[in-house]
Amino acid sequence: MPSTHDWINNPLGVVPSLNDVPLHYLKPNSLVKFRCLIQDMFDPEFYMGVYETVDPSTKAKVLRCGKYKDVTECGVDFNSRNTVTAERQTFYCVPIPGENPWVKDISSSCHSSRVVPSTSYVPSRQKRSYEEDDDMDDMDTHPTEQHGNGDCKRLETEAPSSQMTPASHLDLNFPLPGEKGPSCLVKVYEDWDSFKLNDTLEVYGILSVSPALSALADEKDASSSLLDPAECMETAEEQRVHSPPASLVPRLHMLYAKTLPHNNPLLPSAPLEDNSAFLSSTLSEMASVRAELLTYLTHVLLGDALAAEYLILHLISNVYTRRDVLPLGKFTLNLSGCPTVASYTERFYQIIQQLVPCSYYLGMSLQNMNQMRLVPKKDYVANRLVSGALQLARNTSLFLDETQLEQGQLDTTGVRNVTALGNLISWQKVDYDFNYHQMEFPCNINVLIASEGRSLLPSDCQIHLQPQVGPATMEEYLSSIHMHPQASSQLNKLRIYLSVARLLDYSISDEMTKSVEDDFVDMRKDDPQSISAEDLHRMLVVARLLSLSLGQTSLSRDSWLRAKHIEALRRSRMEQHKCVNGNEP
Amino acid sequence: MSSPTSTPGGRKRGRNANPSTPSSEGPTSPPSQRRRGQDSSTGDLMPMPTSPATDMLSPSAPQDTSLFSSPRPSVLPNEVDMSSPLMYGTPMRGTPARQRPDLGSVRKAPQVDLQSEPPSADGAVASEPNAGQKLVIWGTDVNVGTCKEKFQRFLQRFIDPTSNEDENAGLDLNEPLYMQKLEEISVVGDPVLNVNCRHIQSFDAELYRQLISYPQEVIPTFDMAVNELFFERFPDSILEYQIQVRPYNALKTRNMRSLNPEDIDQLITISGMVIRTSQLIPEMQEAFFQCQVCAFSTRVEVDRGRIAEPAVCRNCNTTHSLALVHNRSAFSDKQMIKIQESPEDMPAGQTPHTTIVYAHNDLVDKVQPGDRVNITGIYRAVPMRVNPRQSNVKSVYKTHIDAIHFRKTDERRLHGLDEEAEQKLFTEDRVQTLKELAAKPDVYERLSSALAPSIYEHEDIKKGILLQLFGGTRKDFSQTGRGSFRAEVNILLCGDPGTSKSQLLQYVYNLVPRGQYTSGKGSSAVGLTAYVMKDPETRQLVLQTGALVLSDNGICCIDEFDKMSDNTRSVLHEVMEQQTLSIAKAGIICQLNARTAVLAAANPVESQWNPKKTTIENIQLPHTLLSRFDLIFLMLDPQDEAYDRRLAHHLVSLYYQSEEQMEEEFLDMAVLRDYIAYARTYINPRLSEEASQALIEAYVDMRKIGSGRGMVSAYPRQLESLIRLAEAHAKVRFSEKVETIDVEEAKRLHREALKQSATDPRTGFVDISILTTGMSATARKRKEEVAQALKKLIQAKGKTPAMKYQQLLEDLRGQSETAITKELFDEALRALADEDYLTVTGKTVRLLA
Repeated sequence: MPSTHDWINNPLGVVPSLNDVPLHYLKPNSLVKFRCLIQDMFDPEFYMGVYETVDPSTKAKVLRCGKYKDVTECGVDFNSRNTVTAERQTFYCVPIPGENPWVKDISSSCHSSRVVPSTSYVPSRQKRSYEEDDDMDDMDTHPTEQHGNGDCKRLETEAPSSQMTPASHLDLNFPLPGEKGPSCLVKVYEDWDSFKLNDTLEVYGILSVSPALSALADEKDASSSLLDPAECMETAEEQRVHSPPASLVPRLHMLYAKTLPHNNPLLPSAPLEDNSAFLSSTLSEMASVRAELLTYLTHVLLGDALAAEYLILHLISNVYTRRDVLPLGKFTLNLSGCPTVASYTERFYQIIQQLVPCSYYLGMSLQNMNQMRLVPKKDYVANRLVSGALQLARNTSLFLDETQLEQGQLDTTGVRNVTALGNLISWQKVDYDFNYHQMEFPCNINVLIASEGRSLLPSDCQIHLQPQVGPATMEEYLSSIHMHPQASSQLNKLRIYLSVARLLDYSISDEMTKSVEDDFVDMRKDDPQSISAEDLHRMLVVARLLSLSLGQTSLSRDSWLRAKHIEALRRSRMEQHKCVNGNEP
Repeated sequence: MSSPTSTPGGRKRGRNANPSTPSSEGPTSPPSQRRRGQDSSTGDLMPMPTSPATDMLSPSAPQDTSLFSSPRPSVLPNEVDMSSPLMYGTPMRGTPARQRPDLGSVRKAPQVDLQSEPPSADGAVASEPNAGQKLVIWGTDVNVGTCKEKFQRFLQRFIDPTSNEDENAGLDLNEPLYMQKLEEISVVGDPVLNVNCRHIQSFDAELYRQLISYPQEVIPTFDMAVNELFFERFPDSILEYQIQVRPYNALKTRNMRSLNPEDIDQLITISGMVIRTSQLIPEMQEAFFQCQVCAFSTRVEVDRGRIAEPAVCRNCNTTHSLALVHNRSAFSDKQMIKIQESPEDMPAGQTPHTTIVYAHNDLVDKVQPGDRVNITGIYRAVPMRVNPRQSNVKSVYKTHIDAIHFRKTDERRLHGLDEEAEQKLFTEDRVQTLKELAAKPDVYERLSSALAPSIYEHEDIKKGILLQLFGGTRKDFSQTGRGSFRAEVNILLCGDPGTSKSQLLQYVYNLVPRGQYTSGKGSSAVGLTAYVMKDPETRQLVLQTGALVLSDNGICCIDEFDKMSDNTRSVLHEVMEQQTLSIAKAGIICQLNARTAVLAAANPVESQWNPKKTTIENIQLPHTLLSRFDLIFLMLDPQDEAYDRRLAHHLVSLYYQSEEQMEEEFLDMAVLRDYIAYARTYINPRLSEEASQALIEAYVDMRKIGSGRGMVSAYPRQLESLIRLAEAHAKVRFSEKVETIDVEEAKRLHREALKQSATDPRTGFVDISILTTGMSATARKRKEEVAQALKKLIQAKGKTPAMKYQQLLEDLRGQSETAITKELFDEALRALADEDYLTVTGKTVRLLA
């Protein structure tokens, strides 16, 4: 077994990834990997773990193993006493929603550099190959065009023109609109209870694209199998969802999977503690990279350094634990006072997109709120969980653009969507709609709200932007932001910085506890109204994030004072703003 | 005897012997024909009336079925029949047996090569035809004779004096239970005998094991046994068909998740929620083929869902001449039901599993989507075929359950019977732990501190919520015309924003099994009560229940209570006192139970609590509603140093506590949950003599306090609250008696809450009338004084029929020694207007003569 394991951690050979390599370039029944999110869990299924086949001519009986396969060999003897029924579970997996292009580029480039010379990358599934019979052909309509990212490209080019439906007949159920990439039915053979919905995994498994699976669906329509009790009851929708054509949704028989703590390809995949060299080198650079990032973000935030400081804290925040119902460590930031000119918020989002591995931009326009499906809902007809935009992987940055909001009325869906967003922010959970009841799924999503005034949604911390740029020069300034030249190595540094800071451990020593307590009591003594328990909550989070952002794993006196300082600055700005702008809600 | 027809082997023989109708033809056909009996059956069947071909899809299929379940008694057993242990021949006076597709011919046992057996006889073949008593059914260790005998003995002797099942209501518990049920069958004529597997287990463990392992063989044996017994006892009774045994409550009730391949073909009971039901499906049991050339007919049994069409006519040897005749084939009713795990059974972070259940014959349409059911049935797995042409198979089995018995778990709720719908089962160990915990003198404090540990202090509030979780004892006074008393404690939390009110609510919602959480802002009256909508599938109007009904027997947490519209709030009046909800809309008029405790949180109107105002003024809720809360707590920010220090320590430790400590605490929550469930289910405290005396005293004292100042300070509602709280406290102690200490604590808590919420800011006294009438007694007194002063002022002015409003106010202000607010003045004017002394129109005040 150690050999297997080593091989996985150190892929000398080449495990092609379903994320990067188009499906038709992959050899069936070969080992592939897939970086994905568990979108839905189907019912467990029983399969023939061991079965016996009889050769029709010689009558010879052979025992065969059914594991890691979808289809049995010919001539199964159903009445054999040697048949062993085993159980496995199917997960419906989609590529990590909102994964930013740079992540894809980097992981595929470092991948293909190793993969290209290998044999498995040679398009081995030519027309003549055994799988490529008629069923597959309609999918491979223009094989000549398909090189490199062909699969994606095809979806890409066809999706806008044909609205996905005619091309695929199938809604692949991606959480976010406009996503593309392969989705996959992952068959899990052991320990499936340890996986949870919305886990991000890297799955290593055997690819199965047997056309026999797709044939099943076609056959259904032809022969009305009323007399077959096993099949006649399944609705067409359910069939389609649970056994889609293998050419579109391949099956992956899991051999090994690991949950990804992050999906930043720039970081080593092993846990940080196991990689002390990397950790120490990053930690030593942390302060300088932070300064760099601060300058950059200050520039982006129209010269507001305080807001930039808070933005850094927000970007590295993470729900690290929960105490009964209370999620700890979340830091939802409401950036108010965003200029509405020159689509500032969109530009701003593009910058964030460059920095974090996963993000999603949700314009809170009335239309979006009233029409989008944010909360996943169980569709009992097709027996699947229809995804919604809030089904996101951990640590995804959700950018809510409230500047898009205009006057009008929210309908029922709209109210529900806003409530769902509010719940997400306050409790870091989403109540999935199971029609007869709701089920609560905890999540860990960084929500950033950009708004003009105070947001209508709750937030942990609000900061009002104070642009150092005059309104006259705003347009010009804004157009320069986007083009800000950043060498990619520098950008990569920032990306590593943000991901590492989030993964660090943190503690508070006893002395610090004491001094924080003293501080709190003192502050209350002066003016009890000035600071409440809630403020202390926030200050503790700010202090924590501030320490981590500096690469310190325990709270120091300095960090605490600094946290207090920036909090005071922020509060005074809020007061000031309130006075200036009294009519603000 | 029941269903020889239940196993396909038996049915086959039966059919052959007596091919057509249940008329008297059967007995006449010589047994010798049976082997090649098809010839004779052709002739018999010809004259049968043919129903329209559409019959195949019509629900009238059961009639067809009866054609085939020909009367068993007609078969005269010969040695071939004896070979099958499930053949039995006592005449049943023509009562037809009914097919049991639930036991099904779906599974086909490996074929046995015994010359004496037709190869298609599945499942029920004796291993050695002539081995006498030692006969067992092939593939099992079931001996039919012994099994039958054992079951009959069970029926005749089983007594369960401790039974408290609702099904056994009206039966004499000291008489054999199932004999009484048989008697019931003979009277009512519903030929179904439900047998609790647990009874069999306690009576004969071996029999039980066989039942669980070989239901397909054992249940028909049971059928036989019970029918023999029944017709012996009640020879004259007439049943539509023979009695069928329906076992239920097999093994432990299993979770859907724990089903595994070992359970295939076994008897299982699982619980879940029905999410979908299909249309009725007529399922072909036997196909009827007729030769187009010579009119020879043959029947083919459905085998694993397929019919092997005979290629050659055996009579005239023409190939491919046989055609299927639909309306002479046999069909049975079938329905697909999908059930889903109940949310309680699921591990966190996973999606619920679903299972397909097939209901047959009279079980069709027994359940509706949304029902919570316990299903007893046989678990099946069928391989899936990829393609009939090539025989490689998708290596996956389709699994389903053939339902034998449904039991709705929430039926009791609909009937309004008490107790928790799902009786939580506790292991001995658990009960022991809980009792040990209950014996501790500080259990009350312990539990209240285990409640929402992340929220700091507010001890009394937590105690109040704890008592709410336990609830009082439910009493029924409907005989005396009072209706049932509310047992639930309602609590209102009000206070400054950001004092973790919502967090407390969230915690409670997560703690109790049937909790609902709504926000006043986001809920409408219909969302709370019930609404009528058109079901998209059936196009029928259905009643969808809202949060209050859903939390029946639980707690409904309502956040932002003050932001609720008046309209919505008004529905709470009924719920919070009568504990019912009346609905009259879209032609549906009904009253639903809503025995829910309400835990509400409200923010003050002016964002910050104004200590100079009364509770009513601060939260602007109608006093009619407020008086329905047993306890009203203020969650304010106490401002003293020691508190601050403890708070800071609490918060900081919250942020760095280690994983193990978290773990510990989590256990606490589970214990707490069990503790509450146990107490709620099993403990029903009653007032003791001393406790009643103490309560009376407490009430009298409360009345006295006020009477000194000329106001009423307590109402019967407060007494009821006290009783509820005392009972809840006794429940916390696992005590069946309410004692003086319970009353003391109830008094203390009630006083604390009153002190917080009903203190008159003007006088500093606790004044219950703030909550009951919305105005403190002093305020009312003051209002009267002002009105009198105003009246005097007007009278002093002499005969001026009209006065300026502003002028009058200034005059009054000038005259009075205390400040007169505009509101006060308006109220005084209104009071005088009520006396018909004057009238106010716009800015003018006119005297009435």
